[in-house]
Amino acid sequence: MTVAAGSANADLLGRATELPHLTAAELRRYSRHLIMPEVGTAGQRRLKASRVLMIGTGGLGSPIGLYLAAAGVGKLGLVDFDSVDESNLHRQVLFSETDVGRPKTVAAAERLHGINPFIDIVSHEVRLDSSNALELFAGYDLVVDGTDNFPTRYLVNDACVLSGKPNVYGSIFRFEGQVSVFWGAEGPCYRCLFPEPPPPGLVPSCAEGGVLGVLPGIVGALQANEVIKLLVGTGEPLIGRLLLFDALRMRFRELKLQKDPHCPVCSAEPTQTELIDYQQFCGVGEEPELGGEGWEIEVEELAEMRAEGRDVTLLDVRTPEEYEIAHLDDTRLIPLHELADRLGELDTTERFVVLCHYGPRSLRATQMLRDMGYEAVNLAGGLDAWSERIDPTVPRY
Amino acid sequence: MSVTVQIPTPLRRFTGDSGEVVVEGDTVDAALADLMRRHPKLQPHLLGDDGKVRSFVNVFVNDDNIRYAEGGATRVASGDTVSIIPSIAGGAGGEDRS
Repeated sequence: MTVAAGSANADLLGRATELPHLTAAELRRYSRHLIMPEVGTAGQRRLKASRVLMIGTGGLGSPIGLYLAAAGVGKLGLVDFDSVDESNLHRQVLFSETDVGRPKTVAAAERLHGINPFIDIVSHEVRLDSSNALELFAGYDLVVDGTDNFPTRYLVNDACVLSGKPNVYGSIFRFEGQVSVFWGAEGPCYRCLFPEPPPPGLVPSCAEGGVLGVLPGIVGALQANEVIKLLVGTGEPLIGRLLLFDALRMRFRELKLQKDPHCPVCSAEPTQTELIDYQQFCGVGEEPELGGEGWEIEVEELAEMRAEGRDVTLLDVRTPEEYEIAHLDDTRLIPLHELADRLGELDTTERFVVLCHYGPRSLRATQMLRDMGYEAVNLAGGLDAWSERIDPTVPRY
Repeated sequence: MSVTVQIPTPLRRFTGDSGEVVVEGDTVDAALADLMRRHPKLQPHLLGDDGKVRSFVNVFVNDDNIRYAEGGATRVASGDTVSIIPSIAGGAGGEDRS
């Protein structure tokens, strides 16, 4: 068959010797695609024959799923093991208030089916790992990476390279996004750009750094655009190019990517020919165990101490923005990333109870204080536990 | 040589929220050294213990990765843009609680 605008890339749908025909209802539904020479009936039949696997149905997965379903991608696989949380709703536009608490793949499949009943939607409610990735990927032509952590990103990349499939990559942080098409057979892969992950804890997560709600909408829509071009076989895909988007300054930039001739997975002589342990590769779980006997107190103990007027200093290590949402009276605020520089402000004769939102950041701060000779304990469960168990008037966020 | 260094979002808290810093230098190493003189807190995020740019940080001069040029010795000219491209992983929203 001929593809409307043609493409220099390998045909993703080489397996489909005969493309499915469009029904009368499909002709009506897709008419605005069909009348465009760049898609046309041939391109729409290619979309119908296509099988796309989405990793993650959250911030990026929302627009990706909505647009790919609407565009008529024949089979859409959804991989997620998470449930919908209230704090997802400011950006994960697949979900409604009534979905809170439901598994994301179930709620997403329902919504996408409502948008387009003519396509096949398959829910994979699993945590993607090295034992299931290759088998899952085998049933699809292309993978879209909308995950939120380094181990899964390296896993998706390597499994795509090993199975010869393109990986349409998108990643976000606060108000900045990155998009590319990593395809070992045609250009560089993720590992060519980022051979090694950063050490755990160095790059804040969106849970810690926040994210502008509309950002995943824009970045995910760019990914959906690349998926559709690759499947139809039209236009210039983002292979060998990294698109950077800064939502705050409203700037797009593009950088050239090269294939690393020594890439361990996608070079001519790879040194890694199977999937590995990506948690270990990313150093997850290798951080030294923090804490120990007598390192933590429960919120009930803190309530008692405060009621008795005991002489302790409450040190809050969250950000000023979080502090503004909710805080306890008589606390000192020193954000964790400033603590090392501001230790001089603290009196070594004081006793500290350190708190953050849920506990992990304040545990790191407690470690730092103890290492420097201060008497400090961590508040287990953080401010959230305080709101839940002691004082419901302190807002939860 | 005045070159503009683009600071990515995750590192802006170490530059007083500046997204662009104008620095002096005729190689990437010299430009980054000047950047770190102006903003010393950036250093541990850009350089490893060996004094080299950390492996998970990419540096581009205009559109090109210095890894495929001459690394830190890559020359820069007035008006060039040096971009620091970090790994970011966000996207789905199921991150651990912090």
